[in-house]
Amino acid sequence: MSKKMHIKLTVNGKPEEFLAEPRELLIYTLRERLNITGPHIGCETSHCGACTVTLNGKSVKACTMFVAQADGADVTTIEGIGGPDTLHPLQTAFKEHHGLQCGYCTPGMITRAMKLLEENPDPTEEEIRFGMAGNLCRCTGYQNIVKSIKAAASEMNAAGSSGREAAGSKKEVEAAE
Amino acid sequence: MIPAAFEYHRPKDLDGVLSLLTEHGDEARVMAGGHSLIPMMKLRMADVPHLIDLQDVAGLTGISHSDNTIRLGAMVTQHDIIGDAKLAERAPILREAALQIADPQVRYMGTVGGNVANGDPGNDMPGLMQCLDAVFTLVGPEGTRDVPARDFYEAAYMTAREDDEVLTAVTIPVPRGGYAYEKQKRKIGDYATAAAAVQIVKDGGTCTAASIAMTNLSDTPVYSDAAGAALIGTSLDDAARAAAVAAMLGDIDPTEDNRGPVAFKIHVAGVILNRAIERAWARA
Ligand SMILES: Cc1cc2nc3c(=O)[nH]c(=O)nc-3n(C[C@H](O)[C@H](O)[C@H](O)COP(=O)(O)OP(=O)(O)OC[C@H]3O[C@@H](n4cnc5c(N)ncnc54)[C@H](O)[C@@H]3O)c2cc1C
Ligand code: FES
Ligand code: FES
Repeated sequence: MSKKMHIKLTVNGKPEEFLAEPRELLIYTLRERLNITGPHIGCETSHCGACTVTLNGKSVKACTMFVAQADGADVTTIEGIGGPDTLHPLQTAFKEHHGLQCGYCTPGMITRAMKLLEENPDPTEEEIRFGMAGNLCRCTGYQNIVKSIKAAASEMNAAGSSGREAAGSKKEVEAAE
Repeated sequence: MIPAAFEYHRPKDLDGVLSLLTEHGDEARVMAGGHSLIPMMKLRMADVPHLIDLQDVAGLTGISHSDNTIRLGAMVTQHDIIGDAKLAERAPILREAALQIADPQVRYMGTVGGNVANGDPGNDMPGLMQCLDAVFTLVGPEGTRDVPARDFYEAAYMTAREDDEVLTAVTIPVPRGGYAYEKQKRKIGDYATAAAAVQIVKDGGTCTAASIAMTNLSDTPVYSDAAGAALIGTSLDDAARAAAVAAMLGDIDPTEDNRGPVAFKIHVAGVILNRAIERAWARA
């Protein structure tokens, strides 16, 4: 056992403070310590994206980050994006367009999609597929996930209400195979 | 997948890093984005009693330009490279390569310094940097030195960097001519079965300079002088390309693994290199 560290995080706008071993993985901090169980553990080996959260403005896999690295960080999980009575347009679109079946990948998908739309508010289908490549789904075959994200983007652009930052639309596709 | 316990350090400057490295010797290791190191620690293939996180160390970020060179701070991420318009204009091969590394989440964390220092033959940037004739700046207790990328790799995970040195920057001469980074992988996010970095200069229909390196076909990246030389003075006809590919295939030494048997890898290396040369030439 190593020395515990005093950790401070802001999670979904709420300050949290606790003692933890530095080697604790952020996904366990969220799920087991803070009881924020939206981010899931699919692989625990950095491959599936089910554990995706937004950390200081980056989409990161919370299974591949020590809590010590996240000390001082601002973290957003699916819980901070919308709730049952306050669905985010992405959540509504996933529901309406059958962007999920078992739902296991969905919190990671939506959290990642949210960041993607912040950086590129009007992505093409190809850009969506490329931008979502770090998130795996074993059920849907992805078609409806892409549809959902496209629908949410239209909805958000029409409403002009995504809360997104100044749009640096990044075209990440031309080199993608 | 719980790594062995460690003590965590987050120094604010390079002096702080160096004194921790001196104090703890081979019990200490730096971490950049952690996206190679953390998986290794989880598998307990790396044991790091003192982990030195570089995220707050001043002076390791940023991309700066001079007339003839571009300097990438060690902590510049793959995501930073993709989003930098000036870099895309002056050295587009970096963006083309970065877009083919891992997946979006990994690219927010993975750094240039970590990718080139790691020494994993699967990493894409070492071969890329050899193609570009980059220089790595290393800072240690004895001072600062520059090591060319082409002299840096000794064997898998063995490099010219001493344990108490930190890689602070990668500097490249502004590349000239046409470029291509071509990568064959099993799925998006995978390491290369074979990848090729090519820069070619064309002058009046003739190739006047060519630089070629390949990835994951040996226990180090493979920069092949002979492959480049086979193109120079030609108009890149079929025979010239075949000669360059033959020269490269003479320099690689792939091993069988879950990406395929040796014969398959040699075949893929040839196809990928030929494609990369054609694409770079078309852009030259
Ligand atoms: C799912 C997945 C897919 C991936 N696919 C690819 C791929 O296709 N191609 C590819 O190239 N990479 C791939 N990677 C690796 C990724 O790009 C890593 O981020 C990169 O190899 C290492 O960068 P890092 O900043 O994360 O380094 P770390 O993991 O922090 O460090 C790696 C090693 O380098 C050392 N180090 C780091 N920075 C320095 C420094 N400044 N000075 C001295 N030593 C240093 C560390 O001590 C450690 O030994 C993948 C990773 C994952 C998780
Ligand atoms: S659980 Fe983190 S990537 Fe799969
Ligand atoms: S909906 Fe089941 S894994 Fe995606």
